[in-house]
Amino acid sequence: MAFFKTGDTHGMVEKRGAGLWLTHVVMILGVLVIFFPIWLAFVASTVTQPEIVRPPMPLWPGDQFLENYSKALFSGVNVPVTTMLFNSLVMAIGIAVGKIVISLLSAFAIVYFRFPGKILFFWMIFLTLMLPVEVRIVPTYEVVAGFGMLNSYGGLIMPLIASATATFLFRQFFLTIPDELAEAARVDGASPMQFFWDIVVPMSRTNVAALFVILFIYGWNQYLWPLLITTDPEMNTIVMGIRQMFPSGDDVAEWPVIMATSILAMIPPVIVVVSMQRLFIRGLVDSEK
Amino acid sequence: MEKRVTFRGWLLPMLLIAPQVVISAVFFFYPAGQAIWQSLFIPDPFGLSSQYVGLGNFEYLLGDRFYRASFVTTAVFSILVTLCSMIPALFLAVMADRLIKGSGVYRTMLIWPYAVAPAIAGVLWLFMFNTRVGVVSWYLGTLGYDWNHVLNGGEAMGLVVVASSWGRISYNFLFFFAALQAVPRSVIEAAAIDGARFWRRFWTIVLPLLSPTTFFLLVVNVVYAFFETFGVIHTITSGGPQQSTTILVYKVFSDGFVGQDLGSSSAQSVILLFVVGVLTIVQFKFVEKRVHY
Repeated sequence: MAFFKTGDTHGMVEKRGAGLWLTHVVMILGVLVIFFPIWLAFVASTVTQPEIVRPPMPLWPGDQFLENYSKALFSGVNVPVTTMLFNSLVMAIGIAVGKIVISLLSAFAIVYFRFPGKILFFWMIFLTLMLPVEVRIVPTYEVVAGFGMLNSYGGLIMPLIASATATFLFRQFFLTIPDELAEAARVDGASPMQFFWDIVVPMSRTNVAALFVILFIYGWNQYLWPLLITTDPEMNTIVMGIRQMFPSGDDVAEWPVIMATSILAMIPPVIVVVSMQRLFIRGLVDSEK
Repeated sequence: MEKRVTFRGWLLPMLLIAPQVVISAVFFFYPAGQAIWQSLFIPDPFGLSSQYVGLGNFEYLLGDRFYRASFVTTAVFSILVTLCSMIPALFLAVMADRLIKGSGVYRTMLIWPYAVAPAIAGVLWLFMFNTRVGVVSWYLGTLGYDWNHVLNGGEAMGLVVVASSWGRISYNFLFFFAALQAVPRSVIEAAAIDGARFWRRFWTIVLPLLSPTTFFLLVVNVVYAFFETFGVIHTITSGGPQQSTTILVYKVFSDGFVGQDLGSSSAQSVILLFVVGVLTIVQFKFVEKRVHY
């Protein structure tokens, strides 16, 4: 995407010398300020509880890294963090894959077929764009409870798939696929599904990947929904599980373990975003269009 | 828009579209319908029967001091979040755009907070400002400022605003940076030749050219502040003290799940449904405009 290309076309108006250095200094300061909360969490995850409870806590990492992280990963506060990480992974991948699959199929149907009720279905899907799960939590909770899906992966995943962003994205993209391809496929006697598998899906690869990045982070970072429907600690996801680690009442929170868990909770999405930066930005721009 | 070439048959497309339609019907339309239906009733305290009250729940809500206060809180909160996340992002993007080398490195660093869940961001900021162990609150204390967001509503609001804006700076930065890179260099060079200094060029040329992106981000950030900040508020303040950080979405949750007042919670959902509808329409309008710049 040319829109996002950084760099080479800069002309004569860029600062050089002192001004350039000043700009770098400002940027570095900006990055440091933005990073400070993460740095502090990391430091807190490598020191002992007494070091934190008697403020001010140190600003440089201590030597308790292994202790705190192994405690978090393998025993945790209510449930080992490995369990929560696994649940989050299942949920995030389930949402990303589920949404991509149903959207690919329905967008294909909407674009490449004429069938009775098409307009009705189209608007039905369109309407789901409008209402975030936060707004309809009480009745959605009742539906999921009615199906006996509390504390299950299905209950975690399904209600969050019911949204049309991805369908629209694929619809827009399919409309740009040249008609000649479908025509050729039809002349050659290929069935619609052959056309779908051999032409449409391979052509959508980049869109699928970009969307996967966005949906993975969306799913991983869910908070309210898992909070409501996972009463069993074994089903907690890591993002909502952290809040459960804070003691109720006057007990002092186990900060090093909580902060180690926070760091562990942000590692997978950070890796996804940073390593797939180009796809991520593309997905961001696409899904907001 | 329609394809010129389509395939024949109606059974196959029905099957293809079925999963999405079924999931939308079960987990979207039915619950949304339920919300609208329940908003017309008041259940008795034992949940055995409910009484039809028409628009009574809405009348009650609009007359309710706490609900109106929650509207004001939401407005203040979303304006502050939008400003606190867009202004630093624009500033950083302008700085990064001035660099010939290294802007990619800064961009990679600045993306990080976007990946951090709002609820985790809440925990991080809570840790920094915790009244007992927080580093920032401790240093504020040595300066003679007694920070206590548990008791002080203004400080609580400040903290949830900053924690909510933090991850959003990344998002806004990416969009502003991309828009800045797309500003034609020839326009800027022409202004430079005419003797316009950097900040003058920024105010008179660059900022007006950024306005489509800015409008778009305004809407998107308001939507974010309304609907996606639940995690921040729940982890830091739980809506307190004295409901000073109870935004509308939080109130749907606390009245519905904590207070078990289903009629009122449903009516609030319906009101929010209208708010989302309006915001979506505004968003589409602006996005359409954005295409023609």
